[in-house]
Amino acid sequence: MKNIKFEINGKAVTVKEGTTILKAAQKVNIKVPTLCFHPDLPAWAACGICVVKAEGSGKMLRACSTPVEEGMKILTHDPEIIQVRRTVIELILSTHPNDCLQCPRNLNCELQRLAAEFGVRELPFEQRLRNLPVDNTTGSIVLNPEKCVLCGRCAKVCQQMQNVWALEFIGRGEKTRIAPAADVSLGESPCIKCGQCSAHCPVGAIYEKDETREVFRALQNPDMHCVVQIAPAVRVAVGEAFGFEPGTLLTGKTYAALRQMGFKAIFDTNFGADLTIMEEASEFVERFARGHGELPLITSCCPAWVDYMEKFAPDMVPNFSSAKSPHEMVGVMAKTYYAKKMGLDPKKIFMVSIMPCTAKKYEVGRSKDMFSSGQQDVDISLTTRELARMIKSAGIDFANLPDDETCDSILGNYTGAGTIFGATGGVMEAALRTAYHMVTHKELEDVNFMAVRGLDGVKEATINIEGKEIRIAVAHWMCNIETVLDRVRAAKKANGEPAYHFIEVMACRGGCVGGGGQPYGADDEVRRKRAAGLYKDDRECGARCSHQNPQVQQIYTDFLGSPLSQQAHHYLHNKYQAKPLYRK
Amino acid sequence: MIAPCGAEAQVVLPGALRAEQSKECMTTTSTTEPILSPSLLAFIQQWKDKPGNLIMVLHRVQQEYRYVPREVACKVAELLDVPLAKIYGVITFYHLFKLKKPGRHQIAVCMGTACYLKGGEDLIKEMETLIGAGVNTVSPDGEFSVEVVRCLGCCGLAPVLTIDGEVYGNLTKAQLPDVLAKYQGAPATPAEVNAQGVST
Repeated sequence: MKNIKFEINGKAVTVKEGTTILKAAQKVNIKVPTLCFHPDLPAWAACGICVVKAEGSGKMLRACSTPVEEGMKILTHDPEIIQVRRTVIELILSTHPNDCLQCPRNLNCELQRLAAEFGVRELPFEQRLRNLPVDNTTGSIVLNPEKCVLCGRCAKVCQQMQNVWALEFIGRGEKTRIAPAADVSLGESPCIKCGQCSAHCPVGAIYEKDETREVFRALQNPDMHCVVQIAPAVRVAVGEAFGFEPGTLLTGKTYAALRQMGFKAIFDTNFGADLTIMEEASEFVERFARGHGELPLITSCCPAWVDYMEKFAPDMVPNFSSAKSPHEMVGVMAKTYYAKKMGLDPKKIFMVSIMPCTAKKYEVGRSKDMFSSGQQDVDISLTTRELARMIKSAGIDFANLPDDETCDSILGNYTGAGTIFGATGGVMEAALRTAYHMVTHKELEDVNFMAVRGLDGVKEATINIEGKEIRIAVAHWMCNIETVLDRVRAAKKANGEPAYHFIEVMACRGGCVGGGGQPYGADDEVRRKRAAGLYKDDRECGARCSHQNPQVQQIYTDFLGSPLSQQAHHYLHNKYQAKPLYRK
Repeated sequence: MIAPCGAEAQVVLPGALRAEQSKECMTTTSTTEPILSPSLLAFIQQWKDKPGNLIMVLHRVQQEYRYVPREVACKVAELLDVPLAKIYGVITFYHLFKLKKPGRHQIAVCMGTACYLKGGEDLIKEMETLIGAGVNTVSPDGEFSVEVVRCLGCCGLAPVLTIDGEVYGNLTKAQLPDVLAKYQGAPATPAEVNAQGVST
């Protein structure tokens, strides 16, 4: 590719052809402000904050979407450019409610930060707020169109990254708003609750439903025995809210913070992941080695993916693993096995899950299978962002907490296989480690399946177990799944060999480490770092295969019998059904 | 890395599947599935694989029904293999597309400068009293819908309004009842007959 030589603010710069002014400026440590731009998405120049001057050009150029040209002389900052940018911000503020103190994005808002950086001290334009109702019908994410700056990130994410099309620009001009089609609410729309819109929104227009107060209230209730579990991806991301580098492994500090908050027992979703693998790998062996059930087997631990499948790909129901997701398994085991062991009334156990995910909030009440303990198995699911807020409001000095705090081993001990669930490819890798053992009764010499790791949208590989070939596919970021499913459908139609034997799907880019409930500001670099933190945790675990987890073995001996037993099916499995795209 | 999702072609679902969903979309709206006229279906077939087909088809739908009924939008989504959200993005962007069933007769009152000065606003107010429909609404009996336009190009006749395209100039409040009476209860237009398959 050709190199382009040009100048920014008098400095000579050489970049590859096609590089935008914005990227080129970043290379030489110049920050051009942006609002609608997001590195996950193609630039579409909606907001106009990134304008720069080019010598000889009469108009200002948008740095986010203009590729540099040979010999260009770019000026990124002068009083006139700064004034234009400030005017753009002032115009946005003229339609934006002025209630930062009560806003869920207070101190975490890109518009607030821009206003601060540009020293906006007055609002020269008349305030014209759009009086639009808040939509909280999904139970997971809340849409407040009044706060929307119409940057379009959420709609682009929903349409291009996730292929869901729940959100679109509706109307035009000053009446434009972000909403589902046909005047339905988000809850009635195709929304899969992945929350990527909320993770990409620069302001407080789309955010997770906050349930921290309910949890604090339960913690204050002396009749309640509050227990908690943390998902794999939480431990490598929660630190970002306290100044740690993305990917810093903070399991001990997180346990310690939760104990300090008053939880009676700390469990770990990684234990549930090990349990999920015992069931799911057994299911795979049943289908693959014994021919009972349809192939490929498709993973089901991502609730946004489950919702997507039920709405967009119901023909895949027979292929879905019936195993519940890890935190639901921990939930039901807490209210049955743990309750019995500790002599507790399950009605008095309050189970909180800390998840990188907004869809888990929907999952906890998804179907009657989520009540298999007799109660709602998980009472409340919080996002990583909510956990960080709770730690702060509880006055916990997170950074200085001990690193060696442990969880309650009964539903807490985990293997390396459990912890990698939080990264794309991790469920597949964990399942293969145990499936190998189940088929061969031997242990793997090298447990690392490098082909399934990394951020490629679709990863395909063929694994050889004792001469038998297993074709696998790993997809994440929902727009990548249809190509995989189309191959499955084509093979089904041709009545031949299945296209794959085993497929893992996670709705968010990078898997749960890039989840919709994770701290703001994730891009591919952050996702890679978080995943690296999990693989580090995996390497440092004594046991790296789920079937080697002594607590998992114990729970089968004491309570569940064996994987896929009647008891295991009752508590650890669930059903799926086709759902309409639009419920109204 | 972002490559697989950029192109619009990859954003749509397989046709058969989309069809399946649209059926559901329809059955859950508790209305009957619309029977599109053979000519509309033929038009959609003709445009199915052409770029820019959506607007063409929606124009044709509006021509036939005088608005874009939701059930028909669902059907078009299925036949053209596009998400419903995309259709609503288009029909809410262009003022020409109507989302609600209009009255049987269209009244357009001119509020260009000349008509405004000569009493266009009085005509609108009188209309509200007479038929119970203000600007951008439909009269309760479904006979008339009223909209405001900017200059019909015959300022010499101000104030002006049109009903179903017919121009009435130099109009006074006192003449309005007689003009409206000509349309009240008049036979349905051909477009309306087509639209009867769709409930709203």
